[in-house]
Amino acid sequence: MKARYLIPFGIFMAIMAIFVLGLHKMSEDPNFARNVPSVLIGKQAPEIVLPDLFDQSKMVSSSSLNGQVWVLNVWATWCPECWREHDFLMYLAKKEGVKFFGINWRDDEAAAKKFLKDKGDPFVAVGFDPESRSIMNWGVYGAPETFVIDKQGVVRWKNAGAMTREVWEGELKPLLNKLEKG
Amino acid sequence: MRRFWFFALLLLPVLVLANIEAYRFDDPAKEARYRGLIAELRCLVCQNQNLADSNAELAQDMRRQTYEMVQNGSSNEEIVTFMVQRYGDFVLYSPPFRPSTALLWIGPFIIFVVGVVILLIFIRRRNKEPEVELSSAEHARAQSLLDNKK
Amino acid sequence: MIPEIGQLALILALALALVQAIFPIAGAHKGNTSWIALTKPSALGSLLFMTIAYGCLTYGFLVHDFSIKYVATNSNTSLPTLYLITGVWGAHEGSLLFWAYTLSIWTGVVTLFSRSVPQAMVARVVGVMGIVTVGFLLFMLLTSNPFVRLLNPPAEGRDLNPLLQDPGLAIHPPMLYMGYVGFSVAFAFAIAAMLSGRLDAAWARWSRPWTNVAWMFLTLGIVIGSWWAYYELGWGGWWFWDPVENASFMPWIIGTALIHSLAVTEKRGAFKAWTVLLAIFAFSLCLLGTFLVRSGVLTSVHAFATDPSRGVFILLFLSVIIGGSLLLYSWRASQIRSSVHFKLISRETGLLLNNVILVVTACSILLGTLYPLVLDALGVGKISVGPPYFNSVFIPLTAPLAALVGVGALAHWKREDGLVLARKLAIPLVLSVGGGFAISIWLLPFFDWGAVLGLVLAIWVTLTMSLWFREQGGVAGAMGALKNITRAGWGMFFGHLGIAIFIVGVALTSIYSTEKDLRIEKGQSYSLGGYDFLFNGAERTAGPNYLADRGEVVVSKDGEHVVTLHPEKRDYRSGMPMTEAGIDAGLTRDLFVALGEPLGDQGAWSLRIYHKPFVRWIWLGGLFMSFGALLAALDKRYFRLARKARLEAEAQAAEGAA
Repeated sequence: MKARYLIPFGIFMAIMAIFVLGLHKMSEDPNFARNVPSVLIGKQAPEIVLPDLFDQSKMVSSSSLNGQVWVLNVWATWCPECWREHDFLMYLAKKEGVKFFGINWRDDEAAAKKFLKDKGDPFVAVGFDPESRSIMNWGVYGAPETFVIDKQGVVRWKNAGAMTREVWEGELKPLLNKLEKG
Repeated sequence: MRRFWFFALLLLPVLVLANIEAYRFDDPAKEARYRGLIAELRCLVCQNQNLADSNAELAQDMRRQTYEMVQNGSSNEEIVTFMVQRYGDFVLYSPPFRPSTALLWIGPFIIFVVGVVILLIFIRRRNKEPEVELSSAEHARAQSLLDNKK
Repeated sequence: MIPEIGQLALILALALALVQAIFPIAGAHKGNTSWIALTKPSALGSLLFMTIAYGCLTYGFLVHDFSIKYVATNSNTSLPTLYLITGVWGAHEGSLLFWAYTLSIWTGVVTLFSRSVPQAMVARVVGVMGIVTVGFLLFMLLTSNPFVRLLNPPAEGRDLNPLLQDPGLAIHPPMLYMGYVGFSVAFAFAIAAMLSGRLDAAWARWSRPWTNVAWMFLTLGIVIGSWWAYYELGWGGWWFWDPVENASFMPWIIGTALIHSLAVTEKRGAFKAWTVLLAIFAFSLCLLGTFLVRSGVLTSVHAFATDPSRGVFILLFLSVIIGGSLLLYSWRASQIRSSVHFKLISRETGLLLNNVILVVTACSILLGTLYPLVLDALGVGKISVGPPYFNSVFIPLTAPLAALVGVGALAHWKREDGLVLARKLAIPLVLSVGGGFAISIWLLPFFDWGAVLGLVLAIWVTLTMSLWFREQGGVAGAMGALKNITRAGWGMFFGHLGIAIFIVGVALTSIYSTEKDLRIEKGQSYSLGGYDFLFNGAERTAGPNYLADRGEVVVSKDGEHVVTLHPEKRDYRSGMPMTEAGIDAGLTRDLFVALGEPLGDQGAWSLRIYHKPFVRWIWLGGLFMSFGALLAALDKRYFRLARKARLEAEAQAAEGAA
């Protein structure tokens, strides 16, 4: 048997290996294929200047949090995962002292206000972004998305999907502790 | 935006119709550039659609962003850079040439050269081997064997 | 009760397919004639039970048996009967059943129409197809059973995906599957030839008509799919380089290489190993396409994240079928000796070059389709590979291929005098270059190099094929050609003319199409491509399972009425909006109007208008190609072979009796 006749088999096995790897990653993380990693990690955070959700004649700005470690949360009432994570965000804000800056994205203003009134407001400030002006600067493509910004104003971490206890314990909490010290 | 379709064996692109926006351009050249750009930028939340063909809300907003930048005189490069700085290379349907995409771009060329080289070697070797020319009688016999093969 | 019968029939079909997969091959190997004799009954029995199973599911749709989960998810009582029948293949489980059923049909047809082929060979071929059938039926029964019942059947089903509620889609999947599965015949013949150890020209002759028919169906399937996407998706595109489309296009390209390579193997006994490999490739890509598209690995929709067993099964199945056949190939191909000679300038070289280009093209498309997945799986990054990449790879590769068409057909087997050939081709060359430039300069709206290239190639192909036609006539001229040319010759003639027509369509549509998105009020008009589009407003109407806004657009040219178009925007019960474009089709141009959204209170709407010159030629070219394949498959020599075999069999039977 000459080796060159094994070439097609070799190529085929290589392709199969890729599929096995892809399948493996998918079974580990169902969102694997859909998650687009943020290109902002390690870069200076874009400044957010948006109308205040509660009073649109006023503006809210992320510069109020400069020099602190803070967390950006993009949410909307049309997003089911946002409903799911909200109570946990409340817990993090009240009990763990996490400073959340909220962007309410492409939402109905009244519904958003009612949502925060009924379920509590974990945010230091909430910007209203019906036209994706600000979220586009952050490369957001879905809701909820959560970013961590350090004291120097650099984006350090991003999570697409609901904030859960596992994510908090496993990734966010250790990171915030480290950044607070640094 | 929250529509993800997936149909199995129907080997067709699965898409839904984009909104039709009547943007007005002050210059036909700008309109052409806008069309070209939204055809080559990817809708991030769709299965596999460009901005032009998508009705996702985010795609609408990205179209509007593109429109505004085109109208305000940004060049194509500026607009593409704007999108890539926010969404990464994923947003481009024409992947930029980088070490990680080198094989993608050079690959077809390499395969082609390899194919042609193998072809030439094959033909040359064929003609070096001793010629076993069949006489026409032999040829006819071979043909009839072929036809009768049971 | 009926679904249980269907279920049982599936299991029985599987049992018979197992018999069909084991005994004929073993029998052919051992020379056991009683085992070989099981070939026909097992294959036809399996076909019978598949028919019953398929009938049961269709019946479930027709009587709205919503206790069947698949029926409840994919149909409802207001769905028109046509879509109840086509709905059977509208989603995962049903389309798998349809695939397997198609495979059974092909197998049955092969057992019935292979009299000219030795019995041991037929046994092996049918056995290989049996192995594939077993794989499909196992996959269905273990992971994707269409007959699963609901404990609490709903009173009303959900809806068939509105995209699929269209006559184009009624015929697209059957055509495509006939093509896909048809390549299993070429594959089975190749494997059978390797199993028998006799890789000669005979298997090429036997599998050629089947391959041509499979290719014809695949071509039709792709053409109909493209046409459907054009009018149903509503933005005038006809090809998107979507992974889903690529999955059907790659087997088509390799299949094209295969039908050319088979010609050389049959006529000259050359390229034997290569042709076998192409047959394996073609069917492998069909399997890869069918499975990976639905598995979600390619389309990045996680279908089996919830059900990993599907993915694992698919990969195992592919490994067994494709990996196994490639290993068999590496063993057998090294034993092939070929002593066929040909010179550098000959038809053989032309066909080899054709094969190289086609295979490189298919590999490039595969590379582009899989590359994002590779980077993603390796964690290197996320990229998108889309139309700009595929066009920039596809066009430079295939343009020389089109130029080669006429040369290959005019060159002789074995050797050709380069000078004689060049002299023959000089006039067509001058005429096509001149013609391409002349048309671009004087007849087209503006000059474009792409259009020149397309026109030159199209004229070149047409002229060289005409020259070929003239040569066939010899001294008798055209009349002689009409008499001399075989059906296979006509097949090549029409197939290649199809390429010319296709090129004209692609070049002119992609360069000279014009489009406009606009806000338009009732009574306003807009002019595009020399036509005036007058908008007469839109009104609300209702269909069987949807509500729609129906617009009226009156098109006129130079004040004369051309056509009145009615674009619709439909809201289906399932909540999905769909657009039905208003299209006026024509040989030299299509007018295409799609209705957008109402804007403001004055009855204004957004509207998209296209003027698409020569877009029909794209599909017309495809139809020519598949017609050519049909003619080639019906060549008289196959019938002669069959008759000869029958007479001999009868003679033998008579001898045996005496």
